[in-house]
Parts: sequence; C-alpha cells; structure tokens
Amino acid sequence: MTAPIIHMENIKKHYGNVIALNGVTFDVRAGECHCLLGDNGAGKSTFIKTMSGVHKPTEGSITFEGKPLSFQSPRDAMEAGIATVFQDLAMIPLMSVTRNFFMGREPTKGKGIFKRFDIDTANEITMTEMRKMGINLRGPDQAVGTLSGGERQTVAIARAVYFGAKVLILDEPTSALGVRQTANVLATINRVRGQGIGVVFISHNVRHAMAVGDRFTVLNRGQTLGTASRGEITAAKLQDMMAGGQEMAELEGSLGGTI
Amino acid sequence: MSIDTLARADERVKSESVFAKLMKRPELGAIGGVVLVTVFFMITADHTMFTLSGIMNFMTPAAQLGILGIAAAMLMIGGEFDLSIGSMVAFAGMLFGVFVVNIGMPLIVAIPLTLAIAAALGATNGMIVLRTGLPSFIVTLAGLFVLRGAALVGLKLFTGGSTQLRGVREAVEGDFLAPIFSGDAFGFVMRWLAEAGIVDSFKSGVPKVPGIPVEILWFVAFALIATYILLRTPVGNWIFATGGDSLAAKNSGVPVRRVKISLFMLTAMAAALIAIITVIDAGSTDARRGFMKEFEAIIAAVIGGCLLTGGYGSAIGAFFGAIIFGMVTIGLTYTHFDQDWFQVFLGAMLLLAVIFNNVIRRRVTGER
Repeated sequence: MTAPIIHMENIKKHYGNVIALNGVTFDVRAGECHCLLGDNGAGKSTFIKTMSGVHKPTEGSITFEGKPLSFQSPRDAMEAGIATVFQDLAMIPLMSVTRNFFMGREPTKGKGIFKRFDIDTANEITMTEMRKMGINLRGPDQAVGTLSGGERQTVAIARAVYFGAKVLILDEPTSALGVRQTANVLATINRVRGQGIGVVFISHNVRHAMAVGDRFTVLNRGQTLGTASRGEITAAKLQDMMAGGQEMAELEGSLGGTI
Repeated sequence: MSIDTLARADERVKSESVFAKLMKRPELGAIGGVVLVTVFFMITADHTMFTLSGIMNFMTPAAQLGILGIAAAMLMIGGEFDLSIGSMVAFAGMLFGVFVVNIGMPLIVAIPLTLAIAAALGATNGMIVLRTGLPSFIVTLAGLFVLRGAALVGLKLFTGGSTQLRGVREAVEGDFLAPIFSGDAFGFVMRWLAEAGIVDSFKSGVPKVPGIPVEILWFVAFALIATYILLRTPVGNWIFATGGDSLAAKNSGVPVRRVKISLFMLTAMAAALIAIITVIDAGSTDARRGFMKEFEAIIAAVIGGCLLTGGYGSAIGAFFGAIIFGMVTIGLTYTHFDQDWFQVFLGAMLLLAVIFNNVIRRRVTGER
C-alpha cells in the first residue's frame, strides 16, 4: 500500500468545555475513496473543517506528504492541494458555468492595461473538463442556476480537480440528490479516484458509501470507532456502528429492515 | 459512457434561437425602452426633437445622469448601493468651487484633489459597510444627509453666508484643462460638416450645433470602459461574483473587500466628475446640486437590467437607461403634454423594469 497523502493522528478539538472531537485518526491515500461515516452531530463537519484548514485542532498532529504540517487558513490547505466541496458549493447561480469555474482564478491574456480575461480559453477548458466528468453542457455561458444539483456538484468537483487537488473532500455530496443524480455523482467520484486523487467522502448514507468506498471509518460522539477495508465489513454492521450499537438493530427489526 | 458518445448533443436540448439568446441579456429591457420612447416621441413630439441639436439637447442631461448611473450599476452588480452620490455631487462641487475660486488653484491641482477627496469618502463608506456588516442602504443614507449638510455649511463658510458660490467660470477661464471638462468638443468637425452642407447651420454659416458637449464623450467612453471591465477582465468576474454571493466568492479566492471598496470609490469619483463638469458649465455651485440624483442613478441602473439583489446587470443597460431618462425629461417639452408627467412616467418605468428584470432573472437561472 502506498503512503497516505494526509494523515491525521488523534485529532482533538474543544470549544470551551464542549468536546467536539475526542481523538480522531484518519488518513487518505492517493487513488482511494475513504468514506467517513457518522450520524448528525458525530463531529463530521468539525473534522473536515479541521482537515481543510478552517479550524486548528486543539491537539493532535497532521502529516501531509510525509511532513508535519499545520494549516493557518483554508488558503494554505487549498494551496497544498486539499480541496473541499462544501454542501453549499460556493457556486453563484446567476453566473455562467465558465465564470463560476474560474472564479478568483481567471486565465488572462495580453499585457499591462490590455490584460484581460481569456474567455475563449476559459470556455474551452470548461467544456472539456465537464465532458470528462460526463456532463454535456448546453454551452459554457449556461448559468449555473439552470443546472441540477448533481451537475452543480460535478462542476464543483471538476473545478477542484482542474486546479490540482491531491485530496478532495466531499461534504455529503449525495444528501440532497435524487437517485439518478446520486448515481452520476458516485460515477464522478469513481472517475476522480481513477486519476490518482485521494477522495474523502463524507456521508451518513451507508449504501452510497458502500457503492464507491475503498475504506470506511465510522465516527461516533467525536471519536473514530475504527477503519475497515472494503469486503471486511457489511452495510448492516456500519449502520450499527454509526447509530452507536443496539438500539438501531432493534429499531431496524421493528421497521422490517427498511432503513 | 465514453467521451465520444457524450460529445453528441443532448437530444433534450433544443437549439436556441438568436432571439432567445438576446432575451437573456440584461440590457434588453433598456434597449426595448429606448425604442418605445423613441417611437412615442416620433409620434407625439415636434420633429425638431430628432434633429442634431435636439438630440444634443436630450443627450446632455442623459450623459450627466448616465455617468452616475453606470457607476451605480457597477456598484449594484457588486451587491451594494450608494445613496450618497447625489449629495456627493453637491459636496464635491463645493470643494471644487472653493479650490478654484477661493484658493485659486489651477485645474490640474483642483481636479485631482477633488477626485481624491471624493474617493477617500467613498472608501470610508465601503469600510463602514464592511466593518459593521450593515446594509449599505442605511450607511449611505446617513452619507446622503451628512454630505448634503456639509456642502451647505461649507458653502456658507466660504462665501460668507450665501448658499451659492459664483465666479467659477472666470477662475478657470484660459486653463488648458478646461476644454476637457467643459464646453463642446470637435467644433472643427461641425464647422466642416456645416460648410459641406451635411448639418444645419445658421445664415451666418455657423453650425447650429457648435460641437459635441464633452459630457457626452465622457459618458460614451465610460460606458465602453465599464462594459469592457465587466465582461472581459478578471476584475469584472470578481464584481459579478462578489454581488452574486460574497461568501462563495471569498471562499474561491476573490478579494471581496477590495472589490467592494473600489466600487464605492468609483461611484464617489463619478459623482465628483459630474460635479466638476456641471460646476464649470454653470460657472457656479450651490447646495442643491445633484439633488435626487442618487435615486435617478439607481433607476437608470435598474432600467438597465441590474437586480436589486446584486450579481446581475450591465453597464450598457445603464447607458440606455440614462438615455431614456434624458429623452423623457427633455422630450416632454417638445410635446403638448404637461411636463410634470415626467415623474409619473419615471415611477411607472421603474416598476415595469423591476418586474421585467425579475422575469429575466428566473429565465436565466431556470427557476420555475
């Protein structure tokens, strides 16, 4: 197995007297999809914010490509190659796909006062990158607002990949999507993994995680309950661990296995 | 699925006609408005309205408003308002008047100084908005009163009690910069055209239109530069992004604070430019200068397709919005209608534009 791109050891995060994270160990290797599973309130969001440089951990160490590292800001993490696609996506519905794709990082041509946004190149790159992800845009000037949720997710992922992400953190990318769109996003994750990028897939849906995950880590009450590889664990077992043991099994029994 | 099969067009997407594409441009409403207003005055107004001198007549106020309107449009696209620009015209006019009349500065010092002070005040507006997180509507409403009052107090202070400062024309006469900020340009072209019999001239051979008023040239140049910046530069992309969703823009690396402060500086400087042009033109300045201009500028921007919520709009739209304004204000004097219909027309136009913009926005974002 290759060495992990990023390794987070025994991360703790306290907010005053609230312990949000109490010893989380997590790593991602190139070309794998590592799923972080946990119920609402388990500490998933706090953890990914620590990983993407938004929060600094109270305790614990982060090793990035073999070297100890501490991110001062989200920008540091972004420059190191850790891209996060948050649920709100950082997309502007009124702007075109191209303008969103290159927002803040516009390609230019010309010099001095004639330096201008190279819109033709930008359009071309956007169309190609989106096609690689399996989405055929009507045109590069199509507004993001006209895209479906899954397509927007894909634009955000494509943007992160294009700008050189080594680790891609996806915060519940499938939680608000329909069946077909979920399948598309999972296929996108598969493609991105194929390009050698380490994907961190955060979800509370075991079935979505099982569909693409190589390894699974369960987070419960701010602690990791261990990591399992694909094939070592069943969906039912993961579901149980997320819910924190017995009650879920009982509840599932009474509901006839519908959860 | 391979890339080849995807390269085929999606069968569910109908090809868009040129008309449908045009329907999505923000400035469409304003251009349609110009056509409608032109047709209206073609029918109702005296034919002299659309002669060269008639056109200059309504383009001059259009240009004065338009420079403010384009700046206001850029600020609105960036997601903020500036209600203090009308008062800024009065305040900058007062400063400029004091500089050239009381202190006797040459224009090459007085103009940059006036612009710089206005820019600093604009930056202050922006800083307060960003620091407090309050809506710019309220912050600049305070500016509206503060600057108007300061202009009044300043005028009384420097004139010994009067609210009007005279003698600007005499003070700037002969200054080499004066022709850039006042009077008519391209007079030689007009004389040449008059000799050739292409434009109307008086019996003496002097052309009826002595030249193009400089503010019209400023107006056209500003509209072109603003459009270029918005559509073809990274900064333009940042302005749209900042207005569309400032948090998303910030997370993507757009310098949101710098963009907003620069836009506040731009609107303030546009107001100062109008102050300089109109004060030299009138030869005096008074405390009522620029009265209500902040609202008229915003109306021009909205007619031009700007959304009140930011992130969408166009400088060319504001350009045409201001022309509609000029045509209606001046045009009514060429008709038999009571001139005071102007305000009724203005309100109706604003309401119509806002409703129309909302429809366009839904069309662009595909909301149903």
